[in-house]
Amino acid sequence: MPDGLERLRSIVEDASLSVAQKARQLAIAADDLLAYLPLEAQTQRALDERVICDMYEGHAPYTPRYVLADFSVVLRRGSDHLELLAPTSLADAIHTLMIAYHHVPSVTGMPVYLGQLDELLLPFCDDVGDEELYAEIKRLWRYLDRTLPDAFMHANVGPSDNRVARTILRVDAELKQIAPNLTLLYDPEASGEALLARAIENILECSKPHVANHPLHTAAFDARGYGIVSCYNALPLAGGASTLVRVNLKKVAERSRDAREFLDTILPNYVGLAFDLMQARIDYLFDHSGFFQSFLVEEGWIDRTRFAAMFGVFGMAEAVNTLERKAGRSARYGSNGGADDLGHAISARLAELVAAQPLDNVWRGRAMLHSQAGLSTDSETTPGVRIPYGSEPDPVTHIRALAPHHKYYPSGISEILTLEETVKGNPQAVLQLCKAAFASGFREFTANVANNDLVRVTGYMIRLSDVKRHNELKVSRTNTTALGAEAARLTGILARKPRVVAHELAAGDR
Amino acid sequence: MNSPLATVSKILTWSCVDGPGNRLVIFLQGCNFACPSCHNPHTIGVCNHCGDCIPACPTDALSLVDGLIVFDADACNSCDACLRACPISASPMTHVYTVEDILALVRSNRIFLNGITVSGGEATLQLKFIIALFSAIKQDPELAGLTCFIDSNGHLGELAWQRVLPVTDGVMLDIKAFDNGTHMALTGRCNRRSLASARSLHAHGKLFELRYLMIPSRTDTDLELDQLAEFASSLDRSLRVRLNAFQHHGVRGEAREWEKMSRAGVEMAAERLRAAGLANVVTPSVWI
Repeated sequence: MPDGLERLRSIVEDASLSVAQKARQLAIAADDLLAYLPLEAQTQRALDERVICDMYEGHAPYTPRYVLADFSVVLRRGSDHLELLAPTSLADAIHTLMIAYHHVPSVTGMPVYLGQLDELLLPFCDDVGDEELYAEIKRLWRYLDRTLPDAFMHANVGPSDNRVARTILRVDAELKQIAPNLTLLYDPEASGEALLARAIENILECSKPHVANHPLHTAAFDARGYGIVSCYNALPLAGGASTLVRVNLKKVAERSRDAREFLDTILPNYVGLAFDLMQARIDYLFDHSGFFQSFLVEEGWIDRTRFAAMFGVFGMAEAVNTLERKAGRSARYGSNGGADDLGHAISARLAELVAAQPLDNVWRGRAMLHSQAGLSTDSETTPGVRIPYGSEPDPVTHIRALAPHHKYYPSGISEILTLEETVKGNPQAVLQLCKAAFASGFREFTANVANNDLVRVTGYMIRLSDVKRHNELKVSRTNTTALGAEAARLTGILARKPRVVAHELAAGDR
Repeated sequence: MNSPLATVSKILTWSCVDGPGNRLVIFLQGCNFACPSCHNPHTIGVCNHCGDCIPACPTDALSLVDGLIVFDADACNSCDACLRACPISASPMTHVYTVEDILALVRSNRIFLNGITVSGGEATLQLKFIIALFSAIKQDPELAGLTCFIDSNGHLGELAWQRVLPVTDGVMLDIKAFDNGTHMALTGRCNRRSLASARSLHAHGKLFELRYLMIPSRTDTDLELDQLAEFASSLDRSLRVRLNAFQHHGVRGEAREWEKMSRAGVEMAAERLRAAGLANVVTPSVWI
């Protein structure tokens, strides 16, 4: 990639980018022209070697990574700064939100949090019929996908079972859009199983919503509450996260003689360097960027004391396998054996180290541990504490292997359970799986019902690609029909890609 | 009396295709039908310890000790070469379980389960074990909420069903064909007992689902389908009837030359059954 001004020019002249995308890329490139924050030599070295990583958030942070504005403020009081009166109808309320979203930044340049939508809109729904509510939500959903096309943008509903939540689920399954992402906060007491069952039907339809274990999250936050944003991060409402710094556990393991040295010396050392980087980034944001002089603070949409510091880890699977190999063992992470115990011990140690380190200008004075879901440039490392792709066991074994990690990661630990397509005929099985995951200590439940290559028909697995190859040997005259349909599908996806961009991932491509 | 033992081909703790909800499934070894169309043919026979599989194993996971096959699961790389070498469609990789072994497994997976299903092979060949296992589950306060299902070809006799039904919540029963000649050709047995089992299970409120495997030009004929419609209607028009499509995966021998069942053929058959008045016809949720 060209450096400096040449890079700016290559962005300007890149015909594949839209004007808005160019403006965004130019802003990122300009930020990279500034000198990086001053760091201690060994912190800088760890960053250069990418043992610790700043998620390419930029050289001079001028916005928190994630902002979870309390939109109830503008709906209740309006906004002096935006010259908005408090809305009095559902249409007004949605219109107010549509305006508000454009004034809440994040690291992606787009909002990552759309609010607890059912709670926000219910007060405006008393005189609104079901069909009108449906039409309003559908318009909002289209607007969000077409104007803020970022898959990290996240709406929350629940935990109560109510008309707005139900309508959102209905519209979401119907439109099957990438944006917005959606989380149902589920509480067995408040939600009832019927709402969860409805959410499971949606998951089978479009792999959304993500389901959050509300009682566990509630216990980790305070009375003002929390929200789920971006890649399933749980953060304080009316605040967010200033920054996310992560440690590559695989690289830490490679720098350790054995598990003992890893836990006692090398890991604490790199955790300490990650804290230095984190504090430097937070200090700049709070002391030099002017971000908190915004009307968002003055009007009470956000509170500067409610911004967390996310302490991310990734590459747990490779770290464990590396340490096992160094001990002369062949145990693999994720197979319910001794290797998993080492993984759990590493998570426990990380939680201990994070709890011991005070930080300034951080919610509750401590970082929040986070199992980080990866960047598009990560190779040879598995996101967070996940089991490596392709070696995942069945979903029950999968959940049992990972559940002991969950209590250590209050700001989010995303697992994606891939379910074979046959579950579409049996939603009750997925419902049971979700309830069992929560009872096992899972903070969240995300299932991807895909047209997998690997499909279990009854007692055995088959690969669809094998079948396909087999079938192709017997070419049928209907091939053109199938190919035509497939081409349309694929080009449809390709045409969509440039419009719906995950900016957080794009940041990793730099 | 000694606690009965089961010879088990495989156990799964996640299955969404063997009855309602997520089920722990026990595939019991051995079958009394010999269907060329079987997609798990290695579950048909019971090992006679001949040792022919031993040289086929590339990882030395099999050996003969005191005249009996010993299988080392840790050494196995799941290549299934032993299954191909077996002259009697059995498997040297089976395990023997006590009721208590299975109960321990069910307990440790309890929160994930809606129930358990015994399948096979033909599960009812190990009826004593099933009765002991289901009875133990029904008597255990922690496990009593689980439903107990059997997946069967229906060849079990009426008196034997009466022993297991009090502890059984549902049966998924396969009818391989209605024309007895076709049934003989497809299974090696006549279909009288299977049809009688379906009637009796339905009369006892235990017939969860009737399953029918469609094989082109063998069981997909209008004549067969009309008999299926008539038979199911004579029980209950709202009975769940599941149409399965014959495919080649797992199948060995002559049936690999048989044509596979197409999606269009299954859907046409489903329409025919619905037109004949059946209200709950289910077709496969995945096509391969």
